[in-house]
Amino acid sequence: MTKRRLGKVLFVSMLLTLTIALSGCAGDKEDGGSSESAITIGIPQDLDSLDPNLATGAGTQEMLFNVYEGLYKPDSDGNLVPAVASDCVISEDGLVYTFTLREGVKFHNGNTVTVEDVVYSMNKCAGNGSGEPLISAFSIVEKVEAPDDKTVVLTLSEANKDFLSILAAGETCIVPADVADLETTPIGTGPYKIVSRSLQESVELEKFDEYWGEPAHIEKVTLKILADADAVLMNLQGGAVDLVARVTAATASELGDQFNIVEGNMNLVQALYLNNGVEPFNNEKVRQALCYAVDKQEIFDFVANGKGFAIGSSMYPSFGKYYMEELNDVYTTDLEKAKDLLAEAGYPDGLTFTIKVASNYQQHVDTATVLAEQFKKIGVTANIELIEWETWLNDVYSNRQYEATVVGMDASTLTAGALLKRFNSTAHNNFTNYNNPDYDAAYANALAAATDEEATGYYKECETILAETAANVYIQDLAEFVAINKKYAGYESYPLYVMDIAKLYIVEE
Amino acid sequence: MKKKLLNQPTFLLGTIITSIMLLMTFIGFFYTPYDPTQMDNSNKLAGCSLEHIMGCDNFGRDIFSRVLQGMGNTFLIAVATVTIGVVCGILLGAFTGYFGGWIDEVIMRIIDVIFAFPSILLALVFVSIFGTGKYNVVFALGIAFIPSFARIVRSEFIKYKDMDYVKSARLAGVSDLRIMFVHILPNTMTVLLSSIMIGFNNAVLSEAGMSYLGIGVQPPDASLGSMLSEAQSYLFSAPNYAIFPGVMIILLVLGFSLMADGLKSR
Repeated sequence: MTKRRLGKVLFVSMLLTLTIALSGCAGDKEDGGSSESAITIGIPQDLDSLDPNLATGAGTQEMLFNVYEGLYKPDSDGNLVPAVASDCVISEDGLVYTFTLREGVKFHNGNTVTVEDVVYSMNKCAGNGSGEPLISAFSIVEKVEAPDDKTVVLTLSEANKDFLSILAAGETCIVPADVADLETTPIGTGPYKIVSRSLQESVELEKFDEYWGEPAHIEKVTLKILADADAVLMNLQGGAVDLVARVTAATASELGDQFNIVEGNMNLVQALYLNNGVEPFNNEKVRQALCYAVDKQEIFDFVANGKGFAIGSSMYPSFGKYYMEELNDVYTTDLEKAKDLLAEAGYPDGLTFTIKVASNYQQHVDTATVLAEQFKKIGVTANIELIEWETWLNDVYSNRQYEATVVGMDASTLTAGALLKRFNSTAHNNFTNYNNPDYDAAYANALAAATDEEATGYYKECETILAETAANVYIQDLAEFVAINKKYAGYESYPLYVMDIAKLYIVEE
Repeated sequence: MKKKLLNQPTFLLGTIITSIMLLMTFIGFFYTPYDPTQMDNSNKLAGCSLEHIMGCDNFGRDIFSRVLQGMGNTFLIAVATVTIGVVCGILLGAFTGYFGGWIDEVIMRIIDVIFAFPSILLALVFVSIFGTGKYNVVFALGIAFIPSFARIVRSEFIKYKDMDYVKSARLAGVSDLRIMFVHILPNTMTVLLSSIMIGFNNAVLSEAGMSYLGIGVQPPDASLGSMLSEAQSYLFSAPNYAIFPGVMIILLVLGFSLMADGLKSR
């Protein structure tokens, strides 16, 4: 081959490359200016169910908030606002709730929400008369009736001041009566509808045009699963995702100036949860010893550059009147006392246990690493075992096959019960196997209390019991760093573990 | 013969690198400048200095101490893995190669099946069944390493079993076992040695890969792979965190590769 020919070939191929590259640029510009707006949000785990009644993960409820709605829903200040219902009248004895349906609320399949749908949804939560309510708070629902085509009446067997909050939770939302399997055909009334889902990969949402309320701003939303905490930074910087709630402090500081960081708190009770049903944690003194060994400030320093909100019981600051700051001081770091307690409990030479942590939550992994180092000082060896989130849900949460775990518990409603109910000895989700008759009694008293003050008093008693018996090693409500690309804005923090995607919008340049 | 080997530049270089790495690993078993899990808030992500020659990680732990401990973990896992692979591989390869027949067919087909899976994938399956942790990784990788050794040993045995010295040993009434392991096995050493070194490299890389994925050595213990994965979040603010463990993996593998190369071209 001659040199000239080679040159020609090179020249032509260069021209070609340039043309493609340039037209590529033009295409990009058109894309950005088109009406189809989109955002990709990184989430740390796949949704465990698309059926809101069955979803357990906090991260699932967080996202389904945009798809399903209850009769009422919480707003960003923690108030309850009417959603599918437009109005609610509660009888004086607190037993009869009369809801008026909002007119023109549509399901994602185009059908209008009728009283039949509401009655069906409520009955579904109550267990359809099987005696075993799907949502445990619905055990007090006596009957659900629809006197006319606009009204639904719920009759309770006993009063519960928090019942409206329970109805506003993600798990008690209104679903269509004629769709049997929400898992495959998820249909709700929220501002976004689920279009498609690839397991362990992504979930596609699309704006619901016939939404009754203020419409969402962004047309298409992709929830991309970033199960590897290390991948978060790369995905954000590479532009593969635009928003990740709850990045680590380290990631937040690594991100360049194309991102805004919204700071808040996560609204979680992060603790070293101990399986109270197994050796050695069935011994209160061992649990207390661990509490005395922990230095919370050191955890904040290592995990979130010194940021975090210390808690002393199963309650976090956003709860206002229920939160007891004084419980933070029940255990102050005291290594000598911790060693003495261990010796009293029959472990003078220390002990060994395993902390199972879900590897997709870097904050919890880091916390566990610091804890293990702190426990060393009192002769306790804590081995860490990283497991997948799905394995965690199955082994730790459902089957209770573990000794200790670091995780954050969220509240599905802004009621004290949302964080305290699980420690009743008979609660189905009592995954720590906590068993204390005093606690059960105090909790029952709170439910039966006549006035709100009285109930609050009993709830505080519950929190105090949890702290004093060292049910778990309560650590903090984690500082939250939301990384959001500067192209978008409108992220609103809720006092609950939810993300309101409908409020997000694209910043005009 | 030994002198010749050391005169070869690649083998010599490989030996030097490997000796240094091994020396560091062995020192790491008994002595590290700091406790590898000792956290220090004032030294978070500290750069290289005289106190901390490789700097500190996000918990203020001394990276040099962790590299030493990590090399120890990686080395032990690699040695254990290769040992399982070599011992089982020699046994299987020797019997199938020497005796042949239908047992040979059956065992080799099973080995083919194991061989058909990429070793990391196979190890992942084992780990998901038996759980994470150092020992499970050794077990999983060990099994994945058997086929390659078994095949090499088998082909060597087939080559030697009809040689005159084997025939005459047989005529002299030497037992089969003695022929296999005293007469034939030493002759396979040349091939076996270089494949052990290559196998060791693969084991180091597989271990690093598994720990990088979070299913090998569990925190707070260090392994070169898990350090890389932890360092990923700090690539820009503390590049030394990722560079040193990475360089160590490269050197460890490079040293053995060069030695294997030298052995082969002898």
